[in-house]
Amino acid sequence: MNLSEILDTLNASILTGKVTLQKSVENAYCADLMSDVLSFSITKSILVTGLTNAQVIRTAEMAAIEVIVFTQGKRPDSQTIKLAEEKQIPLLVTDLSMFEACGKLYERGLRSRLHRHNQTPTKRCQANSH
Amino acid sequence: MSNAEEGVFFLTGKDFTNAGAASSSLKDVLERRGIPRDIIRRMAIAAFEAEMNVIIYAVAGMMKYRVTDREISITVQDMGQGIPDIELAMTEGYSTATDQIREMGFGSGMGLPNIKKSTDNLTINTVIGEGTTLEFFIRIRDGITTEQA
Repeated sequence: MNLSEILDTLNASILTGKVTLQKSVENAYCADLMSDVLSFSITKSILVTGLTNAQVIRTAEMAAIEVIVFTQGKRPDSQTIKLAEEKQIPLLVTDLSMFEACGKLYERGLRSRLHRHNQTPTKRCQANSH
Repeated sequence: MSNAEEGVFFLTGKDFTNAGAASSSLKDVLERRGIPRDIIRRMAIAAFEAEMNVIIYAVAGMMKYRVTDREISITVQDMGQGIPDIELAMTEGYSTATDQIREMGFGSGMGLPNIKKSTDNLTINTVIGEGTTLEFFIRIRDGITTEQA
């Protein structure tokens, strides 16, 4: 699904300028808890969220999320938008609720294909408390 | 080790404006070195969670990194309250975060578990009332890129 199809499906508008619109996604994930987003690898994905602070942009950056859509007309402040522009992550806003937004994206074929992070088999965790 | 590169970032507690900046800079370093994308993503996630922990819970801290051709290792040391029960802190969903932190999308009790899951080794050393040091690394040469990027 490319960006213009997403805009169309969600009746969304774009908040960021100066970012490439040549993005397409195959997966979607929906959360307000950023650590939940960070607990999986989900490639070529759009994040649907009601959270609008700078940590959402950072989370998307670290998790290599392609596009973020804010639901219920919630808009981040200008600093957050600027950060997204720097990181080349398009920000969209829709008036739809989270449920409706996810439902419409699902209808159009997006899924959450989650991958647990790969580890080398000899992984260990040691903990020392003094 | 050949081709090693090191650096350090300083972290300030409660500085939510710059939270994530250190991990972002680290990610730039890893990208410049041409490290596979799934490894960069795993390390960026682990570094970001560790950085957020310092910002949320500690007075100050630092993140040191060392990258070689074989592995990326990170040490995050903070001046904080320490972790009274590491086993509990490693439990998914357990959190001592305030509502304010939760409103920012963190404090869901996944931070340390996420770091452990994303890396090949995590070591936690903590002293109550003094601070916590996390050390974690990811190997680059063995076991890479089975995930589609």
